Amino acid sequence: MAKERLKLVLVHDRSDLSPRFLEMIKGDIIRVVKEYADIDQEGLDIKFTRMKRDYDNTPVSALVANIPIIKVKDNYR
Amino acid sequence: MGMGKAIVITSGKGGVGKTTTTANIGTGLAIMGYKVVVVDTDIGLRNLDVVMGLENRIVYDIVDVVEGNCRLKQGLIKDKRFDGLYLLPAAQTKDKTAVNPEQMIELVAKLKEEFDFIIIDSPAGIEQGFKNSIAGADEAYIVTTPEISAVRDADRVIGLLEAHGINNPKLIVNRIRYDMVKRGDMMNVEDIVDILAIDLLGIIPDDEAIVISTNKGEPVVAEEKPLSAKAYRNICNRILGKEVELLNLDNNEGKLSKLLKILFSK
Repeated sequence: MAKERLKLVLVHDRSDLSPRFLEMIKGDIIRVVKEYADIDQEGLDIKFTRMKRDYDNTPVSALVANIPIIKVKDNYR
Repeated sequence: MGMGKAIVITSGKGGVGKTTTTANIGTGLAIMGYKVVVVDTDIGLRNLDVVMGLENRIVYDIVDVVEGNCRLKQGLIKDKRFDGLYLLPAAQTKDKTAVNPEQMIELVAKLKEEFDFIIIDSPAGIEQGFKNSIAGADEAYIVTTPEISAVRDADRVIGLLEAHGINNPKLIVNRIRYDMVKRGDMMNVEDIVDILAIDLLGIIPDDEAIVISTNKGEPVVAEEKPLSAKAYRNICNRILGKEVELLNLDNNEGKLSKLLKILFSK
């Protein structure tokens, strides 16, 4: 139980980029992706965190973006 | 000359055992024949002198040395029991801004000419005192206890150390209670190491002998029997580059093998 609570706290602590900076990245990502697809801007989740790299478990800082795509634009299908 | 190694003992959170760890690692290495100075950088709240049992011998302190009110050698207090062991105490009446990181770098460089090991006790927190304590350090050992708050602060400190160019800090998990770990009521060492993703230097059991030795002002590492003393000696040996099994205890064989199974088996 303690382990799980600790993990959650750390995910939050490790995402210490300034909110303004994250908003700027978010705006730019939306602008780029919108060229290609309709996206759910409300559901967009972007955060800065520390995680273990898949192939060798080295801890790395990562920008994780979850962008729900509603529909890819016709001319790119 | 100038070949000494400077190690900062830090944690973020207060009360996890930095000062006790500093005193025991310093004393342990001195017993093993090395020339060691333990440095208290907790200006305004000095404690390492009491844990070392040298509080009555203080004349000058770290601020006096840095400000040039005395020579470095005058500021160093010789241990009452072990040759080659010295204390540089913190100032009690000044505040943390009395020393800055540049002065610390210079001070540690001078100490490295005289000593094999410079063990620096960091204050709690991540403010100026912390920055002073890490300024001259080659390596950092992070002390934590198996509590969410302490591990959280350790994680923060790991990030700050990296930002200051001290990479690969090592972890010391203090005050482990095996009975509680066994019952699943305390986080185990493996979980903590996994979450923090740093190397483990050692585990110190929660031990009454530490309380008793602190009351006497005689670091427990000098005693033969206590479990915690063995754990500290193991840490000292690992610092010297020897391979030592985690909590290799002769007189607790049955208990120990169970323990190791719980702590380190997957």
